[in-house]
Amino acid sequence: MAERHFVPKADKEYTKADFQSDQMVKWCPGCGDHAILASLLATFPKTGHKKENICMVSGIGCSSRIPYYVDTYGFHSIHGRACAIATGVKLANPSLSVWVNMGDGDSMAIGGNHLIHAVRRNQDLNITIFNNEIYGLTKGQYSPTTKFGQVTKTSPYGTIDYPFNPGELVMGAQGTFFARALDCVPQLTTSIMTRAAQHDGTSVVEVLQNCMIFNDKTHAAITDRAVRDDRTIILEHGKPMIFGKDKNKGIRFNGRCLEAVTIGENGITMDDIMIHDETTEDTGIHMMLARMSGDLPVAIGVIRNVKKTSYTQLYEDQMDECKATGKYHCVDDLLNSGDTWIVE
Amino acid sequence: MAKQIIETDSVVVKFVGDSGDGMQLSGTLFSDAAALGGNDIATFPDYPAEIRAPHNTIAGVSGYQVHIGSHIYSSGDKCDFLVAMNPASFRSNLKWAKKGATIIVDIDTFTDEAMTKAGYTSNPFTDELEREYTIVKAPVTSFTKRIGEEKGADLKTSEKCRNMFALGIIFYVTNKSLKQTETYLERKFAKKPAVVELNKAVLREGYEYAEKLELIHSHIVEVSHAKMPDGKYRNITGNVATAWGLLAASERSGRQLFLGSYPITPATDVMVELAKHKSLGARVFQAEDEIAGICSAIGASYAGALACTSTSGPGLSLKSEALGLAVMTELPLVVVDVQRGGPSTGLPTKTEQSDLNQALYGRNGEAPLIVVAASSSANCFYWAYTAAKLALEHMTPVILLTDGYLGNGSQLFRIPKVADLPGITPRLATPNDPNYRPFRRDEETFAREWAIPGMEGLRHRVGGLEKCPDGPLSTDPENHALMVHNRQEKVNRVANYIPDQEVTGDPNADLLVVGWGGTSGALTLAVEEMNKEGKKVAYTHFNYICPLPKNTGEILHKYKKIVVCELNNGQFAGYLRTQFPECPMKQYNKIMGLPFEVGELKDCFTKILGE
Repeated sequence: MAERHFVPKADKEYTKADFQSDQMVKWCPGCGDHAILASLLATFPKTGHKKENICMVSGIGCSSRIPYYVDTYGFHSIHGRACAIATGVKLANPSLSVWVNMGDGDSMAIGGNHLIHAVRRNQDLNITIFNNEIYGLTKGQYSPTTKFGQVTKTSPYGTIDYPFNPGELVMGAQGTFFARALDCVPQLTTSIMTRAAQHDGTSVVEVLQNCMIFNDKTHAAITDRAVRDDRTIILEHGKPMIFGKDKNKGIRFNGRCLEAVTIGENGITMDDIMIHDETTEDTGIHMMLARMSGDLPVAIGVIRNVKKTSYTQLYEDQMDECKATGKYHCVDDLLNSGDTWIVE
Repeated sequence: MAKQIIETDSVVVKFVGDSGDGMQLSGTLFSDAAALGGNDIATFPDYPAEIRAPHNTIAGVSGYQVHIGSHIYSSGDKCDFLVAMNPASFRSNLKWAKKGATIIVDIDTFTDEAMTKAGYTSNPFTDELEREYTIVKAPVTSFTKRIGEEKGADLKTSEKCRNMFALGIIFYVTNKSLKQTETYLERKFAKKPAVVELNKAVLREGYEYAEKLELIHSHIVEVSHAKMPDGKYRNITGNVATAWGLLAASERSGRQLFLGSYPITPATDVMVELAKHKSLGARVFQAEDEIAGICSAIGASYAGALACTSTSGPGLSLKSEALGLAVMTELPLVVVDVQRGGPSTGLPTKTEQSDLNQALYGRNGEAPLIVVAASSSANCFYWAYTAAKLALEHMTPVILLTDGYLGNGSQLFRIPKVADLPGITPRLATPNDPNYRPFRRDEETFAREWAIPGMEGLRHRVGGLEKCPDGPLSTDPENHALMVHNRQEKVNRVANYIPDQEVTGDPNADLLVVGWGGTSGALTLAVEEMNKEGKKVAYTHFNYICPLPKNTGEILHKYKKIVVCELNNGQFAGYLRTQFPECPMKQYNKIMGLPFEVGELKDCFTKILGE
C-alpha cells in the first residue's frame, strides 16, 4: 500500500518565535510545563508543516492550557476528551497536523478509555502526556500515576492505588510509537517530539514533568543532575544500551529479564549489552524497557517506533476506493435507488 | 360460499411470532407489495430487546404491524388480520385484534408444551373466542415441511420458510398478487436458486391453501388505492430518512458529512445507513463510547464538517457535558436522539417522548440550543435536513428528536430533488480577514463566523472556558453576562427564520389539541374523525420546539380549552406553561412504551368537550 502524506509542507522556514502566541503564560514560575512548551515550540519549525495546518487539542488541567500559548489553531476542550476530539479533527480534515496534550489524570483517569482506543486505532495523532503524578489544577490529589503509598490531599494515609505506567498502557493497546522525555532536558524532548511528528500513526510521548507546588521532586530520584546519568538511560535505535556517568554500565537480557550490568565486571563485555531496536513488532522487549525502574535505569528516548499502516491512511484509501467505485454519485441517485414508483 | 370481496379504505395486518420466525421480513414484504400496488402504508415493528429470547415464550414475541389504505397517518391501532406463528404470540397479541378480526394461527405449534410455556392451562380456542373472531387454524409447519421434503431441503431450511406460508394467506385475503414478493425473493437469494424455489413454492402453497378455505371467503378485502400527490415514491424508515436528510444537507451546504456515533437501540440504523455511503462522502466513525461519539463530532465540526452524532436517551445523558462544550464554542452540530422508554436503560425497543426535558435543559450552566422534532417516518428526512441547515447557518448545536416509533416504522416518501430543497449557507469566515474575531457576530442572527483550521490568517483558539468576543479567555463579570445573553439571543432569534405554527381542524373549535413530535399520525386521525362527527376540535402540531414559532402564544390564547398530548408525563405541557402561564392546559399522557391509539384520544377529547 502506497504511503500517503496528508499534511501540506510550509513554503517558508519558521522559527520557534513564529509559534509563540501573544497570550500571557499563566503557569507557576518554575513549572515543568514551561520547558515542555519551549520544546514544543522548537519542534514545530522542524516538522516543516504549514502553520495554518497545525491544530492543538487539549483536555483539562494545567498542561491543557497549552493551546493558548501556541500560535496555531487550537481547541482547549473538556476533561478527558482531548483524544476523542482530536480524532474527529483529523478524520474530518486529514491535512491537519494534530497535537494532543494532556496531563496524567486527564489522559489516564477520566480519559483513559479514549487514550487506549486512540492508540489502538493508530490514527495519525501526536499525543503528549505531561506526567507529574498529581492533580495540580485541583491542588494536589493523587492521580493514576501517583506512586503507591504516597500521601496526598485525598490519600492522607497513603494511596493504596497501584499506578499505571503509560508505556505499558500504550503497548498493551498495540501502540506503534512510545517515547519518554524529561522536562529538564528540553533539547532531547524536542528531538523526541520531532521523531513523534514524523511517525505515521499515533505517537505517545510521556514527559516526566515536575509540579513544584503539589508534587515537587516527584521525579527527582531519577532527574537530579547528581543521579540522572546513573538512574536513566537514553535509548537510541541501533546503539548499545549504555548508561552511567562513566558510560560503563549497560542493559543485558539474561534470558529471563533485563538487568543492569557493569562492563568489565564479572566478565561482562560490550558483546553482552543489548542493542536497542525500536522497530521490533513484538512488544515484549519494549514493554520491559518501558517498565524499567528501581535497580534498572528509567528508559528515556524513543522506546518503540513500529511501522503499521495508519488509520488515517486506511480511512482515506477506503474513501477514495468507494468514491471511485460507488454506485451513487450524488444524493439524488440514492433517493431514487431501489424500489420506487410513480403516482400520476 | 362464494368468494366475496369487501372494499375498504384501510386495513391493519399484524404478523407476530417467535423472534427468529421472520415476522419483520413478512411485514416488510407485505408493506412493500402493498405500496407498489398503489396503497399508502405505515408500518411499525415491535420486537423484544433480546435477540433470541427463550423459544416459545411471551418475552420472545416479535411483531410487525402494517397499515395499508388510501390515506394513512399511522401504523393503526388494532388489527383486522392477525397472523400468530405460535401460542405465545397469539396469547400476547389477541388484545391487539379488533373484535371480529380474522386470526391465522399455525395450529401445528399449539402443542401442550408450547401452550404451557405461553401460560395456557386449557385449550385457548374456546367457543366464545371462535364466535368473536374468525380463527383460521392453518397447518403452517406441516405444509411447509412437506414442501421442503418435496424440494429436497433440510428441515432447518424449510422451517425458515414458514413465514412465507403465512404471507401467502395474507396475500390472498387482501386480494394481492404474489408477483412483487416473488421478484424480491429472486433478487435476494439470486445465488441460491434452491432457496428461491422453496420460498416461492411455500408462498404459493399458503395462497392456494387460503383459496380453498371457505371460512375466509367472506373476509377478503380490497383496499382502496392511495390518493396521493403526483410524484415518485418509495418506502422509507425514519432512521434511513434521517440519514438521507443529513446526506442531502451535506451536499447542499458543501460541507463534508461526519457522523461520530456509538451503537444504541433504536438509533443504530442511522449510523448503519450512513456507513454505507462513503462514496457520497459520508465520514462515519464508530467511537469507543457515546462521549467519544459526540466529541469526535465536535472536533470534526471545528475542522469544518457538517458534524453529527446519533443516539438515544441514555446516550444523550452521556453526551451532556460535551453538548455544553458545543454550546460554548458555538460550533454547528446535529444531535439525533431517537427516543425510547426511560429512565436508565428503560425500554430500549419501545417508543416514548420522554427526552424532551433532557434536550431542552440537560446541561450545566445557561446552555441554550435549538430543539426540533420530526413527526413522521418520512419527514425525518426534512427535519434532519432542517436541523443541519439551522446548525450551519446559526452556528449552534441542534437536537433533533425522533423516536423508536418513527425511526423503525416506515412510510411512503415522495422523493424530492436535492436541488429543490432550501439552500444552506454556512457562516464561513474569509481567509486573511484582518477583522476576524472568534466571537464577532452577525447583527441579524447573532451567529459567529466559522474559521476552519487550514484557513490562512485566522488562527484562533476555542474551548470550554468563557471567552470575550475578541477570542481570549475572560472571567470578567460583565463579559460573562454579555456572552450568556448573546448565546441565548442567538437561539431566540432563530424564531425569525422559521414558519408560523399552523392550526388544522374546526376553525371555531372549543378545544385545541396540541401535540409534538412522533404522535402526529394518531392525533391527526383522531381530530379528523371528530370533525367529521361534528365535534368542535382544532389541532396544532409542533416540530419547532426551541425556539417555538412566534405565533404560538397567539394560537394558545384563542381557545377555551387546550389539551397537550404526549408520550411522557407532561414535559411539553410543562415547557409551554413556563412560557404561557396564563393559558390553562390539560394533559393527556401515556407512558406505556406504545404509540397513541385513535380511540383513546377521541375518548379523552370527547370527555374534555363535555366538561
